[in-house]
Amino acid sequence: MREYELVAGLETHVELSTKTKIFCGCTTEFGGAPNTHCCPICIGLPGVLPKLNRQVVRYGILAGLATNCKINPVSKMDRKNYVYPDLPKAYQVSQYDKPLCLDGAIELDSGKKIRLTRIHIEEDAGKLVHERGDTFVDYNRGGVPLIEVVTEPDFRSIEEVKEYVEKLQLLMKYIGVSDCKMQEGSLRCDVNISVRPKGSDTFGTRTEIKNMNSFTFMTKALEYEFERQVDLLENGEQVIQETRRYNDATGETESMRSKEDAHDYRYFKEPDLVTIRTSEEEIEELRAMLPELPDQKRARYLEMGINEGDTAALIRSRRAAEFFDEAAKGLKMPKTAAAFIVGQMFSRYSTEEQRDAWEVSITPTQLHELCELVESGKCNRNLAKTAFDKMLDTGKSATEFLSASDLAGISDEQLCEICQKVMNQNSDAVQSYRNGKESVLKALVGAVMRETRGRADASKATGLLIDMLKKE
Amino acid sequence: MSGMIKTIGGLLRQKKVSCAELTQAYLDGIAKDNSTLNAYVRVTADRALETAGAVDRKIAAGEPLSLLEGIPMTLKDNISTRGIETTCCSRILKGYTPIYDATVWQTLQKQNAVLLGKTNMDEFAMGSSCETSCFGGAANPFDTGHVAGGSSGGGASAVGGNLAVYALGSDTGGSIRQPAGFCGLVGLKPTYGAVSRFGLIAYASSLDQIGPICKTVSDAAAVFETISDRDPMDSTSVGRKESVLAQLEQKPDSLTIGVVKEYFHGVEPQVETALQEAVRTYEKLGAKIVELSMPAISYALPVYYILACAEASSNLGRYDGIRYGYRAEHYNSIHEMICKTRSEGFGPEVQRRILLGSYVLSAGYYDAYYKKAQNLRGAVIRGFEETFAQCDVILAPTVPMTAFPKGFAEQDQVQTYQTDICTVPVNIAGIPALSMPCGYDRKGLPIGMQLIANRFEEKKLLQTAFLFEQEMAGEIYRKTEWGCRQYA
Repeated sequence: MREYELVAGLETHVELSTKTKIFCGCTTEFGGAPNTHCCPICIGLPGVLPKLNRQVVRYGILAGLATNCKINPVSKMDRKNYVYPDLPKAYQVSQYDKPLCLDGAIELDSGKKIRLTRIHIEEDAGKLVHERGDTFVDYNRGGVPLIEVVTEPDFRSIEEVKEYVEKLQLLMKYIGVSDCKMQEGSLRCDVNISVRPKGSDTFGTRTEIKNMNSFTFMTKALEYEFERQVDLLENGEQVIQETRRYNDATGETESMRSKEDAHDYRYFKEPDLVTIRTSEEEIEELRAMLPELPDQKRARYLEMGINEGDTAALIRSRRAAEFFDEAAKGLKMPKTAAAFIVGQMFSRYSTEEQRDAWEVSITPTQLHELCELVESGKCNRNLAKTAFDKMLDTGKSATEFLSASDLAGISDEQLCEICQKVMNQNSDAVQSYRNGKESVLKALVGAVMRETRGRADASKATGLLIDMLKKE
Repeated sequence: MSGMIKTIGGLLRQKKVSCAELTQAYLDGIAKDNSTLNAYVRVTADRALETAGAVDRKIAAGEPLSLLEGIPMTLKDNISTRGIETTCCSRILKGYTPIYDATVWQTLQKQNAVLLGKTNMDEFAMGSSCETSCFGGAANPFDTGHVAGGSSGGGASAVGGNLAVYALGSDTGGSIRQPAGFCGLVGLKPTYGAVSRFGLIAYASSLDQIGPICKTVSDAAAVFETISDRDPMDSTSVGRKESVLAQLEQKPDSLTIGVVKEYFHGVEPQVETALQEAVRTYEKLGAKIVELSMPAISYALPVYYILACAEASSNLGRYDGIRYGYRAEHYNSIHEMICKTRSEGFGPEVQRRILLGSYVLSAGYYDAYYKKAQNLRGAVIRGFEETFAQCDVILAPTVPMTAFPKGFAEQDQVQTYQTDICTVPVNIAGIPALSMPCGYDRKGLPIGMQLIANRFEEKKLLQTAFLFEQEMAGEIYRKTEWGCRQYA
């Protein structure tokens, strides 16, 4: 069997988190009783006209700037005509030949760039609900603003697809234009996929898999579709250009419609809306609003000496990263702060949503103070950890949980005395050590720590004990 | 001519007639004549009398009345009225009652306009005779064997037949001016964007515009002044509040009238004679007359039918029987339900235009039709720009003929499309135009004169029309009966 390579391109729909819909004042909130987030405009009653929500344009531009796109100074809305009960006007207002953003890129960790063809804005459709053997339509989602991010066919593996979607999701969350909740459908992917013998530079016939809204499904669907196409070619058959969907029950992709049945969308300029013009000033104003992006943060954190693991964890949540930035300001060893956040704060959240929500009881300043105590040697790490947990529980500052003696520290002289005392009290252990049983050292250090109620620096005590044991 | 609105408003303010009496007189007229004219498809008597009562209470309390307050009027059946069925005279919208008001109707309601009812029209405003209406056509008050014109035929029939003081219509390719021309009335199609389209059920969005059909120029000025404004609900609205009525009698400083020869191709001799007479009248009144040529006019008709049908095919996609209006009775699937609903709900002319529009937008034909039409739209716009560099107002026929006999349009659709030749260029360019009577043919049917001005020059347009009306009033209105005469 020949070796095959996957070639894929993505169209990702990202629901924007504007307060109101794209063409009317209805709320974009998820859920709600069916057809309660609707008005004559978003259900397309006869005679209504759309009114473009400028915030949608601004969010679209932000998404474009965050992905290094060119922003089109003049773009327009078009009608994409097709008939489906969830589309109350029988056309979707979208952008055809003059999208808001063009020619961007998202870089994968390997340094490979996934090129973005375009980003355009459009309205979402309603939803069909199948219940009691009947079909109903809920138009609450109709008119919720979306951006569609379209890539070139640059993906060569499923891992690349996954990494790209994760990066896109993170970027959109960072710039605050979407919550990207896949389970609520606010991020959905259509994948164009084809296969070709490795080393070939022509593209095979592609299929499009529609509407995947979870990483698990997407991975399974792509794995299945890759195998299916390879099998076809290996058996001397051909891949048919068509639209397919993933069936989770069977774990297979199945045909939705062939190329012949493909819609003719009869695009034309939406006559009810005027041309969208974006000035250089507005673009610059939006550019200035962009926060530091995940890749920029990542580079900076590594530079600061934070390890790969903590860096990766920190940048996954913009709020956590900003909490860290605030707490680490002016610290000699910012990695201390990173370790506290990743080690103790993240463990308190069991879901990504909770971590994104970042409801914390303490301020970055409180963490900063604690880190300073550690840095100055006034408080050792063990005490600090215990104190930090209590801080997180109560919202109180470190000093509430560290007594004056905790913070007084122990002088080298005092530590020497204590070590001697411990050695005197444990002469058996001392003898064992000197006979070559080095494992007893741990017990001796433990005894020193008990004696000092944990205030001693364990590594210092260990060094000191070894010196003293060897001396005699 | 002081105009009916001013005259009737005066009678109300002087308490010579109460608004209730006035309204009842119109309702009585409708009861008597509507079976002949078929101008109204829905009469809103209770609501009209209720509004009249409110106006009378204001008069009794000595409160001042606004310009259109208490004046009985009608709305074309494609203007959305909350709580009043609005069907575009199509079976597919049977039973559809809007839950919101069109912006123009909101404005007029604030002024206590007395709505007598909704008037007849060609189905979805597609037609030139009002005969594609699912309620049957409206008759011409001058000769009921002839049509009132279309698509706003019901409004023209109502105003011409003294069943309303003024009507609001919509004009996509001549639907205000043509019926006004056929019924000896003044019909104004404002600049695209001057009047909000919010709530006007769309036929062709880039061409549709709401405007008045009235007895006199001053009435048209009064209604236009009231309804034109910028509307945040309509992104294509660029209108502004402008006082026109007060300056109506001012003669334009200098007036150059352009006579564009292409407008006179194939015009019936009687119509041409009447227009030549009108040109001489203007000359006599001190206007400078220039003969001009605008070859781009020859593109206007195909451009109009391609663009209008393309937009219509999209605008009418929403009538699927799912949410409102007519739904086919028997079906086995959602697909069949939608197909049957549309086949049974739309009349043949609407189906023809949806098919035509879908065709010109479809892949493979888009460039040959729609795109080419868009480019030629630019040529028409430039043609008018060049023409208005040489004149202030263009004088042209409204229609190359007088009112068709009933049944004419159905016989030959293509020939009927061709009668729109003089009205469609204005819609393509988005500029304002007005039709007013300038004489009668041998059968006694009115001949319409069209005046065309540049974007947002409604004031100049109305002043120019007023000038002619003042000079010719005795002549052109000799056959129209005045609805207010009985109160004067």
